[in-house]
Amino acid sequence: MNNTSYTFAYLDEQTKREIRRALLKGLAIPGHQVPFASREMPLARGWGTGGMQVTAAVIGRNDVLKVIDQGADDTTNAVSIRQFFSRVAGVRTTTRTEEATLIQTRHRIPETPLRPGQIMVYQVPQPEPLWRLEPSRAETRRLHALAEYGLMHVKLYEDIAQHGRITLAYDYPVLVHGRYVMAPSPIPAFDNPKLHRSPAIHLFGAGREKRIYAVPPYTDVISLAFEDHPFRPWKAEAACALCGSTESYLDEILIDDRGTRRYICSDTDWCERRRTGGKTA
Amino acid sequence: MLTSGFADPIHDAQAAFRALLEAMARPGTIVSLPPCDPPPPLPQAAAAILLTLCDRDTPLWLDGPFATRAVGEWLRFHTASPLVSNPADASFAFACADSAPFDALAPGTDEAPERSATLVLLVEGFRSGRPLRLAGPGIESETVLSVDGVPNAFLGWRARNLALYPRGVDVLLITRTEAIALPRTTVVQEV
Ligand SMILES: [Zn+2]
Repeated sequence: MNNTSYTFAYLDEQTKREIRRALLKGLAIPGHQVPFASREMPLARGWGTGGMQVTAAVIGRNDVLKVIDQGADDTTNAVSIRQFFSRVAGVRTTTRTEEATLIQTRHRIPETPLRPGQIMVYQVPQPEPLWRLEPSRAETRRLHALAEYGLMHVKLYEDIAQHGRITLAYDYPVLVHGRYVMAPSPIPAFDNPKLHRSPAIHLFGAGREKRIYAVPPYTDVISLAFEDHPFRPWKAEAACALCGSTESYLDEILIDDRGTRRYICSDTDWCERRRTGGKTA
Repeated sequence: MLTSGFADPIHDAQAAFRALLEAMARPGTIVSLPPCDPPPPLPQAAAAILLTLCDRDTPLWLDGPFATRAVGEWLRFHTASPLVSNPADASFAFACADSAPFDALAPGTDEAPERSATLVLLVEGFRSGRPLRLAGPGIESETVLSVDGVPNAFLGWRARNLALYPRGVDVLLITRTEAIALPRTTVVQEV
């Protein structure tokens, strides 16, 4: 027998089993929120614990882990989560999207296309796409059970009536496998199409709200829209000031106190690879 | 003498889970599970699933041939899962192909479709036998899978199960050491 006092990847085995069962049911019912008994995790302040718990239940010694925070590998949060898992699970870490087997993310999907064999783990603050429209959890469960999503369409249509277009730029609701409306987490709507029939596995963890959900590979993920107002994700009409990319999602930054703006890639790995001409640095 | 579980409980359970995650995400993909040494007639793959996913929170139903005293003792020691006599009460059911209680298993509810059974069904092999065409989430277009020893009642039941969506039972087909997942979303048809 191995030393049973030893814990791998922080969580005890019973907690992992529960999360693992929830993840398998989540894959079997794409987009459906599966309850789980969320635990506390260290050092996740301002980040949330759902994604950390999913990563801890999934990760193995042979994984190569990438952690991004709004697209960046080098924020304090991303760095400390990478360090945490390399300490408690002994895994190799990377900033390169194509090298990673497991990518924990807060609010972005990498620009580099994902491939089979990769698992995305999303940090989710609010798993319920209907929460702004219906505060009662019991009622939203009932609405999902009935596939009664009229409220959501009314809300989007009001947006169009008021602004001439759907103004929602983040956490833009999607319909998964033609059945469940799902919150894709606060990724920009620009990233939504990357979920549609993706070759990778997508796992979502909401710690505070105690929910897990999933999108298997090659699954239909359609952003909600109307025939006369098709889904058109917003992106700054600019090129990255560092690498010149016009197809990546850009962050706007102020570079002086006179309000001068610059746009740079939100995905730091993508931007760096373009600047080095795809060569390994 | 109690036969053993995984040689390396933590890392073997993790590897088994990743194999099952991959299987469930890509229906029809054959995955192998880490070895362990359960009492016969419990197949290694069934034991690996038990060691990885089952505990006192998962009521089990065992088909007659598996429900031996030695298997009961092994389960008490390794999973402590309650054994149930009614398949409807099971979160995991372990069955032989010819006597699976298909329609008796819990499909979950409209509000909690995850509270459904997972059926672990022992078949003879994956490389010959009846060709089945699979389509659905996790499958790029369609895939053809051969299963030896799939019971005649299986396809009719799968069609009824599919009609219950999002309720439904999820299936793991196993041989001695391998597994294939057929989650409720997979459309299974005769070629
Ligand atoms: Zn750039």
